[in-house]
Amino acid sequence: MRHADEVCTFTLGELTFGVAVNQIREVLRAQPMTRVPLASPMVAGLINLRGQIVTALDLRARFELEPRKPGAPSLNVVVKTTESAVSLIVDDVGDVIELLPAKVEEAPSTLRGPVRELVKSVFKHDSGLILLLDVPRAVSIGGETDDGVAA
Amino acid sequence: MDELDDIVREFLVESSENLDQLERDLVQLEDTPDDPDLLASVFRTIHTIKGTCGFLGYTKLQGITHVGENLLSKVRDGDLRLSGDVATVLLDMVDAVREILAQIEGTGTEGDTNYTALVARLEALVEDAPADALEISPELLRSPSASNEALSEESVLSSGPESAETVEAVSVGQPPPLPAAPHIQKPAPRSDGGQAPRQGVQAVDSSIRVHVDLLDRLMNLVGELVLARNQIVRLAEELRDPALLATTQRLNQVTSELQEGVMTTRMQPIGTLWTKLPRVVRELARGFCKQVRVEMEGEETGLDKTLIEAIKDPLTHLVRNAVDHGLELPDERMAACKEPEGTLRLRAYHEGGQVNLEISDDGAGIDPVKLIARAVERGLIASERAEKLTKRQALNLLFLPGLSTARKVTNISGRGVGMDVVKNNVERIGGSIDIATEVGEGTTFRLKIPLTLAIVPALFVRAGDQRYAIPQVNLLELVRLEREEELEEIHGSPVFLLRGRLLPILNLGRELGLLDVADTGERGVRHILVLQAEDQRFGLVVDDVQDTEEIVVKPLGEHVKEIGAFAGATIMGDGQVALILDVVGLAQRGGIARRVENSEPPDALGDSLACIDESTSLLIAEGAARVCAVPLERVQRLEEISTERVEFVGDQAVFQYRGGILPLIYLDDADADDIGVEALQVVVFDYRGHSVGVVVRRIVDILSEHIDVRGVGIRPGVAGTAIIGDCVVEVIDLDGLADLRGLQLSGQTALREAG
Repeated sequence: MRHADEVCTFTLGELTFGVAVNQIREVLRAQPMTRVPLASPMVAGLINLRGQIVTALDLRARFELEPRKPGAPSLNVVVKTTESAVSLIVDDVGDVIELLPAKVEEAPSTLRGPVRELVKSVFKHDSGLILLLDVPRAVSIGGETDDGVAA
Repeated sequence: MDELDDIVREFLVESSENLDQLERDLVQLEDTPDDPDLLASVFRTIHTIKGTCGFLGYTKLQGITHVGENLLSKVRDGDLRLSGDVATVLLDMVDAVREILAQIEGTGTEGDTNYTALVARLEALVEDAPADALEISPELLRSPSASNEALSEESVLSSGPESAETVEAVSVGQPPPLPAAPHIQKPAPRSDGGQAPRQGVQAVDSSIRVHVDLLDRLMNLVGELVLARNQIVRLAEELRDPALLATTQRLNQVTSELQEGVMTTRMQPIGTLWTKLPRVVRELARGFCKQVRVEMEGEETGLDKTLIEAIKDPLTHLVRNAVDHGLELPDERMAACKEPEGTLRLRAYHEGGQVNLEISDDGAGIDPVKLIARAVERGLIASERAEKLTKRQALNLLFLPGLSTARKVTNISGRGVGMDVVKNNVERIGGSIDIATEVGEGTTFRLKIPLTLAIVPALFVRAGDQRYAIPQVNLLELVRLEREEELEEIHGSPVFLLRGRLLPILNLGRELGLLDVADTGERGVRHILVLQAEDQRFGLVVDDVQDTEEIVVKPLGEHVKEIGAFAGATIMGDGQVALILDVVGLAQRGGIARRVENSEPPDALGDSLACIDESTSLLIAEGAARVCAVPLERVQRLEEISTERVEFVGDQAVFQYRGGILPLIYLDDADADDIGVEALQVVVFDYRGHSVGVVVRRIVDILSEHIDVRGVGIRPGVAGTAIIGDCVVEVIDLDGLADLRGLQLSGQTALREAG
């Protein structure tokens, strides 16, 4: 419970995102990946998470950012979902920081594209803006989640 | 409160097992009403339930079981014979007890249902019995539970084991079980505790109750261990360290034994499923005024618990069908010189890593002719096509949706669950179903079920730079292609001639989008896996075939599942994830199998054709005067021959073919005039044991989607008409065409000698 107001931060290019700590199962370094033919370009592949098979989503593709340069470092942020777990592939992972409710605001209307769709609120941290990721939406590709509208 | 909950839970589980036993015993008692062992068992069961529910304060349950027990004590004392009526009331009581137990499980209370009518029926029977009961069986007096008064007081206080002992004492003084053949053959004695109530204290002591969740977890862990073992084995082979190799071998052995052991704990004897069937049969038989004897063989055959659950409904359906449609009424049977009592036989046995399950009856059998007539009447199949069905194909009509052979829909059968559902359910767990029937002799349904679903043998293949697993169940054979020319192409669709039959071919790399469509990729040595996808056989070309391995099937996340080409994933020896191919999904992607979405009711005709056999695949060819279709199953080979090689013997065009002479016939006279072109396309088919070629101008395509063959335009040489794309295409009757062209086969023999 005490983690409810803590967020783990990670970066994708210039952007910094935050995900509530209690939604994260673990963070892993880059894993051997099995590509999935015919899958959406957002599906980076499958990883073996101690015997459990987890789908890895390329968050760069999800946010329609330019693809990661070959050989560039990446990390897996494994998040809990309703079905089990999904790994989000990000560029780098930052600190766990405390979320101050007073400094959380609705996402500015200037956000465009997928960022607008997947980020509902932002946290104004001393180090800069942290975009709070709507995890259920981020892991559902090709369809809206039911509760997404209300959130 | 937790402690009490545990007691209640224990009571519920135990009671439900006891009720299964009770039900079975009661049905059996009807046939052998004097069997003292059975009587004791029945009495003990109901007494235990009554005792425990009194202790737990379930008064309603206690009330019902109390009257039931009174009635049973009359039966046991010989005051009352266990007639059909008595058995019915007692079985109704079992149902009522079950209902209440379900209520307790769901809500914690006994519910509001009123059972006074049932109690009244029970009481009425108790009072009908003569009152001088106690004098009849003196040995019973030794037992405190012999008199009703004693029972009703004592039972509230007594615990299960104590009462069991008292009843045990009763049966000691009685004669041994009757040697007469019981109508339900008793299961062979087992030590696994499945029959605990009958086998006394020892069986109970040597078994413990384990929650299924725990077994599931153990199974998963063993799966992990198998994978780790595979990795170690691979490493050890690379390192070649003798000590490591020896340890690895040991690990290998222990893992295999552990895997087997854990799988065994999940195994349940199929008998647990069969227990409920005599009751079902009894009710049905009474409902239809039929006499049915149930025989069981191989009840101890073990099957994974999840599979037992999965085949429950199909099995019950088949049993219902056998009693309802299979077995005849007693007078009908007498008229057919059979015993008035029909036999329903359940048989289970292991064979080749699978469980075979047979449900047979010695009833009227299924008449394929009637089946075909019904299918035609229902519009499920075109009548001209129906005439050509083999017996086997005709019997498979039974599995079409919308076909019921029942003369009338009864309240028991015809509830909308058809044989198609049975077939689907069986196939979903990787099983198959087969029918054998003789009119007048009976019918046997044979189910083949895999032992377990979690760990399956699979073949690894390579496409592009990744490995994929194909479950061995889907694999029929492996064909190695040495030379390029063996793959023929018909309008861009590759086909392969396998022992005289054309096999549609898919390329795995292309289906998975790893190859450019333009890149044929068919060079060098290739491997064809001959796969079975539902009713369709097809060949899958892969880049390389690797080894077979036992794999642990793991579920896929929704992003990958929705693609439809993969059935799951597994972890290979090196820790990498490999996708398991969904053979049916691949066939659908490749346009070979029909898609499930297409099976809407208006398409019933096309669908029925598609799922009967492979002959629905049509070869579309263009003649000089018309476009026509030939059933692919009749086609032996496609040849392209130079016009110069066509010779004439009399009026008959012939062609030297593989050391023999191939007579050529033409679709129309116009085709004969076409001989000016330099190459002829010849469709070779078998005509009364001889190869005959039909000359066509061009092979257009092979289609295997559902094709609606209509009876329009039937004439000699034409079997019907189909609409393909926007064109009307005539479906050629090859035999008819050959007859029409006056083919002289005896002449052919003469030619062969001359040549």
